[in-house]
Amino acid sequence: MLRDITLGQYYRADSVLHRLDPRVKLVATFMFIISLFIVKNFIGYIIAALFLVTGIALSKVPPKFIFRGMKAIFFLLFITMLFNLFLTPGKELVSFWKITITYEGIKMAVMMAIRLVFLITGSSLMTLTTTPNNLTDGLESLLRPLKAIRVPVHEISMMMSIALRFIPILMEETDKIMKAQMARGADFESGSIIKRAKSLVPLLVPLFISAFRRANDLAMAMEARCYRGGDGRTKMKPLIYAKTDYMAYAAIVLYLVLIVVFGRILF
Amino acid sequence: MIRTENLVFEYIRRDEEGNVEGITRAVDGVNLDIKPGQFIAILGHNGSGKSTLAKHFNALLYPTEGEVFVDGMNTEDDDNLWNIRQEAGMVFQNPDNQIIGQVVEEDVGFGPENMGVPTKEIWERVEESLNTVGMLQFRKSSPNHLSGGQKQRVSIAGVIAMHPKCIIFDEPTAMLDPNGRKEVIRAARALNDVEKITIILITHYMEEVIYADKVFVMDKGHIEMSGTPREIFSQVDKLKELRLGVPQVTLLAHELKKSGLPIKDGILTKEEFVQELKRIKGI
Repeated sequence: MLRDITLGQYYRADSVLHRLDPRVKLVATFMFIISLFIVKNFIGYIIAALFLVTGIALSKVPPKFIFRGMKAIFFLLFITMLFNLFLTPGKELVSFWKITITYEGIKMAVMMAIRLVFLITGSSLMTLTTTPNNLTDGLESLLRPLKAIRVPVHEISMMMSIALRFIPILMEETDKIMKAQMARGADFESGSIIKRAKSLVPLLVPLFISAFRRANDLAMAMEARCYRGGDGRTKMKPLIYAKTDYMAYAAIVLYLVLIVVFGRILF
Repeated sequence: MIRTENLVFEYIRRDEEGNVEGITRAVDGVNLDIKPGQFIAILGHNGSGKSTLAKHFNALLYPTEGEVFVDGMNTEDDDNLWNIRQEAGMVFQNPDNQIIGQVVEEDVGFGPENMGVPTKEIWERVEESLNTVGMLQFRKSSPNHLSGGQKQRVSIAGVIAMHPKCIIFDEPTAMLDPNGRKEVIRAARALNDVEKITIILITHYMEEVIYADKVFVMDKGHIEMSGTPREIFSQVDKLKELRLGVPQVTLLAHELKKSGLPIKDGILTKEEFVQELKRIKGI
């Protein structure tokens, strides 16, 4: 069962968005998030919504998967809205006891809610259509210029992909250790939160020891297969832009122009 | 292919301040000469120094004293390091801890990627080596979904893709079930027969060494016995002294001989045993 967990939340499908170069998707998501914060009026949000809906339609991901991520931020969204609603000064609308609701407050709260919802939807659209592996590759390639200021870009991306590879293995191991300890009378399920947290200590110690042992073995296996960092390394699956990727870049530029013109300048 | 001269390796244990607490001599004066194309087996119980010895063959460890040559290159010479690791590949014990890729084909491509092989050739090598170990249909699978024997075959493919002249198997079957063990040993034998790759198999399973050209038995860092499997297994008592068992059929033949049956020494397979019995009975 534990072997089947999917990481991130990749949704397997064959769509234009799935086939796009991960670099394009990363840039698009980044630009989309920026655009949400420069928009000043509701027309801008309508353009952003259209962009997002087009993306969702192209991705072939059922909307229910996309909005599943929303549950996690519901509480945050609620609090943000409350704060904006009650704490924005301006023209008074309703007032009772010590609380006043202003016209500006309502506007601010609605804007903030739209921003957050779009932000989450946009970034989960990216993680839903890109495998974690692909995402790491894209990041490595986009961040390559940082190598000039000695950021170990290749090493970071290698660490990320090794972590992704070992998460299911370590989960399985945790499960095994837990069962072994439960068989000897350990209790992970009852008692207060503090008591339960304490009972995890004897679980973590063997898990850490085994993780270090694995790390040692893996490092040796990598060295034995001539691994010597990123220099002089070739790629089995190099990232190469195709025609659709250039078209997608054009679409992003067009979107940004529209947002700036309609969302900031004209109105 | 691989030659060692008076190889000595010492593990130095230190206390928290870095003072030497004790020295363990894991390998002690080993002289080996392995010829290209041979199938070599190194036997020994736990702690006999066999894995430590193996790690010298592709420069993961360096000798404390003595020298190791791989294809004429001294392992202590840093200029040779990557050539040695390419020519002498290594398959380790735990299949999970040596697979780097999240997809089978990506893992097999890891070695060639590190060597700087052009992209197109990497794909050719990956396909060819997965085919050699019979794992081509799993090329798009996640390694987490494979059985132990299959994972170990993927590891072997990862080594073959680097086009080595020699593959060192460091107890590749210790964590596998009997079926997985058979798969791996079959793959190793095929590589030796078909591709003429030198194989060095380190193990403590007796059944796996009967096909070897030459067997070395290690104990306390020394090479205690060496010879063909037949020569080794005819000395059942000496093997017992070294805390090693012999294949069941060899043991049976040995016991029968002790009880007075005129059966020959060093019987390795069931077929041989049956034939020998027929000879005695005069059938």
